[in-house]
Parts: sequence; structure tokens; C-alpha cells
Amino acid sequence: MNVLSGSWTEVLYLAAAVCFILALKGLSGPKTARRGNLIGAGGAVVALLVTFLAFDLDHIPLILLAIVVGSALAVPAARKVQMTQMPQLVALFNGVGGGAAAVVAILELAAIGAGGDATSDRGNLAAVAFTVLVGSISFSGSCVTFAKLQELMTTRPVVIPGAAPLLVGGLVFSVGIAVWLFAVGQLWLGLLLLVLGLAVGVMVVLPVGGADVPIVISLLNAFTGLTVAAGGFVLHNTLLLVAGTLVGASGTILTREMASAMGRSVGGVMFGALRGGSTAGSTAISDRPVKSVTPDDVAILLGYARKVIVVPGYGLAVAQAQHTIRELAEQLEAKGIEVAYGIHPVAGRMPGHMNVLLAEANVPYEALKEMDEINPEFKTADVVLVVGANDVVNPAAKTTPSAPIYGMPILEVADAQQVIFLKRSMRPGFAGIENELLYDPKTSLLFGDAKDSLTKVLGAVKAL
Amino acid sequence: MSGVALLAIFVLAVFVGFEVVSKVSSTLHTPLMSGANAIHGIILVGAVIVAGEAENGLELAVGLFATVLATVNLVGGFVVTDRMLEMFRGRRPAASTDTKGGPR
Repeated sequence: MNVLSGSWTEVLYLAAAVCFILALKGLSGPKTARRGNLIGAGGAVVALLVTFLAFDLDHIPLILLAIVVGSALAVPAARKVQMTQMPQLVALFNGVGGGAAAVVAILELAAIGAGGDATSDRGNLAAVAFTVLVGSISFSGSCVTFAKLQELMTTRPVVIPGAAPLLVGGLVFSVGIAVWLFAVGQLWLGLLLLVLGLAVGVMVVLPVGGADVPIVISLLNAFTGLTVAAGGFVLHNTLLLVAGTLVGASGTILTREMASAMGRSVGGVMFGALRGGSTAGSTAISDRPVKSVTPDDVAILLGYARKVIVVPGYGLAVAQAQHTIRELAEQLEAKGIEVAYGIHPVAGRMPGHMNVLLAEANVPYEALKEMDEINPEFKTADVVLVVGANDVVNPAAKTTPSAPIYGMPILEVADAQQVIFLKRSMRPGFAGIENELLYDPKTSLLFGDAKDSLTKVLGAVKAL
Repeated sequence: MSGVALLAIFVLAVFVGFEVVSKVSSTLHTPLMSGANAIHGIILVGAVIVAGEAENGLELAVGLFATVLATVNLVGGFVVTDRMLEMFRGRRPAASTDTKGGPR
């Protein structure tokens, strides 16, 4: 339509970019988060309208149709997804974004080539090469992540023989092709790079173990951000540049924070399995004696405590027991017992995932205490109730240098007077390591599905 | 806009990006990741531009494909983040004071 002048376009794009900055800023605090997200969405709407008004675009009806189709695919998925399945949906959304950026760069490469000498703008070609390669890695990597989280394939690391040289070779070859593309600007090189990127993405994510997948999602999210920023270079579009860079930078920080919360390095997560450092662990079931108790015993322990700390894990969410645990906590509070939740940063399938799951069950976020805040409180707790969590309370992280989780900060539940584990079986956790705490004299175990067990405990507490 | 000017914007945006999220409580890591994910869906603007400037049927088809993908990222990302955040309500909304301290 071309009704906006160049300056107005730039100013409005700047406004949209500011909206995105405010969105990220808002998302950093619980009170401003929702507003922040809406501001971001508003910025996106402004940017899209400006784009339609400022550029002389053809095929507008078809483009609008494509947007309607995309929305029709995305909105129901986003509305209906179970909160436990949130990580894979985020991975999927991230992947299609990276794919879109790669495709945009390919089309721009075709347009540059058609416009005459493609090599006249080297900066542009570098950005195209980067966008195509990283965008396609992000796309295929996210698809594999999705498959792992959705359990369409094994969550264990998949290491094919010769994977390490293959990956290194693939990366070197891809970078070589990217440099060649930078030098000559031929379309077929761009397409080759796209295919290579897809292959590399699969090879990078396959060897990553299920427990480390959240870090990969975050890393690929940062990658897609950088891809979009490079797309901004290609199209000379400042909004894409700023928005993509913001996500790339914040995503990098977030990835590092998550990795350090798990006591791992990003490099170790990505390439650990290839080096032979196992993230797989064992699935052996130990036959050492443990103290198994009944729901009534648990109810008595809880009912006569002064302070109870609940440590929820992914097992709680899988059993859909969030609501039951909240009812139990309310029941205990009605008896004058102090209840807090100790949330490990990586409880769940994604950093911060447990907070979302408990928020869904209307647990007030004031009751959710972060690890640093809750750890000193375990000493004063009479009972700690560990529901469906294992690795995040496993002392092996402090005592056994050979354990895969060694170095990961844990919740110090052993400091409490009594520890009750609600577990399905004696099978080790995701990381596959024995938990010495289970054999401690102060530990009691209640076996069974988390929801069934909690419902029985709740009934027994009410009857006290 | 010249390449150097774009580079300057890039470098400054890197610092803004680092600064803005450097003090996030782990409580909000998931929504933040999801929100950032939605923001890079703005590649939709790029997809719309290349689709609108397509010169033949193939380019148009590919451009429209990119538009669909980018829309899924952008719209889905914001909707799912909003759904998550909708649930982050305290027992005493608004009235409660934040005792955790630190800039929010």
C-alpha cells in the first residue's frame, strides 16, 4: 500500500521494539509478567500493521489468508495444551520460527541473485548464510526435542557409532559451504546449506539425554533469536534485528542460568554423551531394605507436625496430583501447621516448570520458595514431603563425584526431622542414580501413584 | 541503512537483552522462555515482506509457507504465555507486598 513514509515506518518499528524490551522486562517479575506479555503482543500487532502499510506488497489477500491459517493452527494448540506438555509446545513454536527465518533468507538470496551481481553486498550474504544454517539447525533440532519430550522416541541419549566424527565433519562441511555461499552467493549453495543445517540439527540433539532437553530448548530459542536478528540484517529491517538480538541475548543468559542450576555446563549438555560421559545412568532396581509406611502413618506424621515442607517433582505433575497436594496443604494449614513448597529450579521438565504446574492448581506463588530461600528452613521443618521428585534431593550430588548429577545444587531435605517420599517404585530417577536418602532411618516411603497416595493421605488427615 | 549502523544497533541490543533478563527469579523461567520465544515470531514481518515481493508462483508459495510458520510461532507463543501467566495469581493479588526484594 505504501502509505507510510520511510521515517514513520522506522519510528513505529522502534516503538514495537520498545514494546518487546518492555515485554521481556515485565516477564521478569510475577506481578508485571502478564502485562509484559500483552505489551509484547501489542508491539507485534503494530509491527505487522506498519509492514502492510509501509511496503508495496502484492498478494495481500493470500498473505492474510496465510496468517489466518497459521493462527487457526496455533491458537487451539496453545489453548488446549496440558501444562505438563508445555515444554514440547514451546519447542515446536521455536522450531517453526527458526524454519520461517531460514526460508525467508533463502527467498532473499533468490531475490539478490535475480537482481544482478549477488556478491556486491558481502555483509548481506554473510547474514543470509548464517540465517539459513542456524535457522535450519534450530528447526530440525526443535523437532527432535519435541519428539523426545512427547515421547514419540526414546528420552535416553541416542548415540550412533561414529556420531562424534560425523557431527564434527557435518559442522565443518556446513561452515565450509556457508563460507562458499558468502563468496559466490549462488542459490543452490543456500539450498544445500539448508539441508546440511537440518541434518546437523538432528545430530546435535539426538545424543542429549531427556533430563537435559530443557537446556537444549532454551539454547535453540536463543539460536532462533540470533537467526531472526541475522534476518534483520538481510532485509535491512531494524525491528527484526532488535527483536531477534534481544531474544538471542536473553536466551543465552537464561540457558547459562539453567545449566548452572543443574550443575552442568552447556557444552557438557550438548556433547557429554558423545564424549562418553553418560547422562543415561542405570535403571536397576535395588533390593536394599527401606521403611515403607501406610497413608495413615503419613497422615499422623503430617498432622502432628508444626512445619511441613512439600518438595514436588515431575512425578506429581504426571500423576495430575497438583490439586490434591494443594488441598492437603490447605487442610494442614487449617490445623495451624505451617506449609511451604520447596521448588528446585529444574523441578519438572523445564526450569520453572513446577511453578507453572502449581500455579495451575491455584497454589499461591507466595508459598513457593526457591531453593536458596528454602534450604536454611529445612533444619526447622518437622516433616518434608517429597512427591515424585528424586534427583533434586539426592545427596549424591554432593557426596559422589562419579555421579552424573555431581555438583548440582540440591534441596537439603536431609536436614529435616522426618522425610517422607511418595514414589511409584524404587526405580531410580531420571538421572538413574541411587538415592542414599531413601535408606536413611529418618526416611519413610509411601509407594503408589502420587495422586492415589495423596488422596488417601488427605482422607486420613481429615479424619484425624 | 548501512551495515555499520545495523551492527551498532545489534551490539546495543545485545547489552539490552543481557540487562533486561539478568535478574529473573527461577519461578518465571518457563514463561520468560515462552515469551521470548513468541517475540522472535516477529520474523513474520520478514515473511510477509518476502511473500509480498515474490516474483513468481514458486517464490510466493514458499513465502506463504514461511508466513504460516511464523504466524504459528508468533500467535501461538503469545497465547500460550498468556495462558501460563494467567495462572500466576497470588492468594492476595495486588495487595500482597513482595518480600523477596530486588528489582522486579
